[in-house]
Amino acid sequence: MKKYFHSVRLEADKCCGCTHCLSRCPTEAIRVHDGKAQILSERCIDCGECIRVCPHHAKQAVSSTLDEINKYKLKVAIPAPALFGQFNNLDNIDIVLTGLKAIGFDRVFEVSRAAELVSEATRKLIKENELKKPIISSACPAVVRMIKIRFPELCGNVMPLLAPIEVAARIARKEAMEETGLKSEEIGVFFITPCAAKVTEIHSPAYVEKSACDGAIAFSKIYPELSQAMDHLEEVEPLGQSGLMGIGWANSGGESAAMLGNKYLAADGIENVIRVLEELEDEHIHDVDFVELNACSGGCVGGALTVENPYVAQARIQNLRKYLPVSLNHLEENSIDMMKWENELKFDADIFRLDEDIFKAMSMMERMETIIKDLPGIDCGSCGAPTCRAMAEDIVKGRAKQTDCIFKLKEKIQNVYDQLSGLS
Amino acid sequence: MSGALHLHYEVSGEDFTRAGEASGAVKKRLKSLGYDSDAIRRVAIAMYEAEINMVIHADGGFCDVDIYPDRVEILLADKGPGIPDVEKAMTEGFSTAPDNVRSLGFGAGMGLPNIKKYSDEMRIETTIGVGTNLYLTVKVKK
Repeated sequence: MKKYFHSVRLEADKCCGCTHCLSRCPTEAIRVHDGKAQILSERCIDCGECIRVCPHHAKQAVSSTLDEINKYKLKVAIPAPALFGQFNNLDNIDIVLTGLKAIGFDRVFEVSRAAELVSEATRKLIKENELKKPIISSACPAVVRMIKIRFPELCGNVMPLLAPIEVAARIARKEAMEETGLKSEEIGVFFITPCAAKVTEIHSPAYVEKSACDGAIAFSKIYPELSQAMDHLEEVEPLGQSGLMGIGWANSGGESAAMLGNKYLAADGIENVIRVLEELEDEHIHDVDFVELNACSGGCVGGALTVENPYVAQARIQNLRKYLPVSLNHLEENSIDMMKWENELKFDADIFRLDEDIFKAMSMMERMETIIKDLPGIDCGSCGAPTCRAMAEDIVKGRAKQTDCIFKLKEKIQNVYDQLSGLS
Repeated sequence: MSGALHLHYEVSGEDFTRAGEASGAVKKRLKSLGYDSDAIRRVAIAMYEAEINMVIHADGGFCDVDIYPDRVEILLADKGPGIPDVEKAMTEGFSTAPDNVRSLGFGAGMGLPNIKKYSDEMRIETTIGVGTNLYLTVKVKK
């Protein structure tokens, strides 16, 4: 298997082995061993929750630096719409886009333009009744990974269209090649990203062989230089080509609103997303055609690599959308074909199951249930696993022993003490 | 091991908002076993409906779940009022649920019909004034 790239990493020096990240990880992908957190790579969906909660900043997201763009003859920036919500007193998106050119990019292509195309394509596919309902948005890569490792029955409900970022990268690259005559490898397309999951998606894409993006630069990394450049622009170029529909994708509910009247549901924040997925799987949610799910609270504006409070950014985005045309990008003939997935979304059965052999898995679970009965059940995290149940799982998998539990250890010491005092 | 993995859950009749916890726990365990996903879905739905019924009509009870590699057998037992007319209760749209739960979206009269639809075998033993035992089997179709 190809090694899976993760954007979320641990800086061991800064980690003090506390339990903040442990208890917040939605896929129980973190264990603390020998006083340091470890990420179980196969379970991590790069949602960025651990980055947000770590008080010691030991969890980091790897992303490209601005220097990396210099490897290419022509540099193209494709900014996420959430970027426009990061600046105080901004009344014109063109200032941000021109600012990107001032810090080294030759061209810009807003991801919100591609979002408008994806919205139109989705509406078309819904109308033609081609998709299994309810359709789940494929835009948030952390959500798609979550479905891929935990919700086998929902893999077929994920909209089989590329996320706007991938569509934007493809169009931007093609346009740049046509207009400059440069070869694809001479052009660097960089996504300006609010989150870690998108960085991972570019390096290890779920449903294409290779991403059309060459890298992703975090909002937080580009922010100081960009905001300074924006303050010193001599001229603002009219570069913006998105309508309010595309810009709206930055906020939770924005993609749904672009469904224009289809019955939809929009949930944000990873815990809420999981609850909705559970209910969808159990067929408790009816009368909904489209489901928009964002792992971050507030939507992409809430990404772990943003600089502004998500709700402040949300309000700014709403302001910027005022007086914009509804949509400025429309499908051309055959453009839906270019948006289709190259690979089917396949469930990764191995991630959470105890064993491939059902008989073995059953006897492991029987042991787990016995172990759990004997544990204190307070999910304190002291053993290094997020819950007593996860610890029991680790024990039957041979990754932990019962005395890793401090309560069990105390009991054992007490027994030894009692025996010894009985001797005297 | 006796060939089956046995799970037991008490279903509280006191707190309606906790209904669905047992079926949720069984679903989670089946997923850890790497069980067939279609069977998991059917167990989760059938058991959920039965659990809700137990809370609405019978003030709770208990569930015994036996997981075999090729099937899941579930007993849901309560000491409720019993079902006077099982055939009628099996009719789609027939419901005796009180108004307070209807406002939550329950009581559409699809409980027992759905349980039958999603399970492969279903048997009801019911005695008026004594209680109801509902036996379900969901098989792995492969």
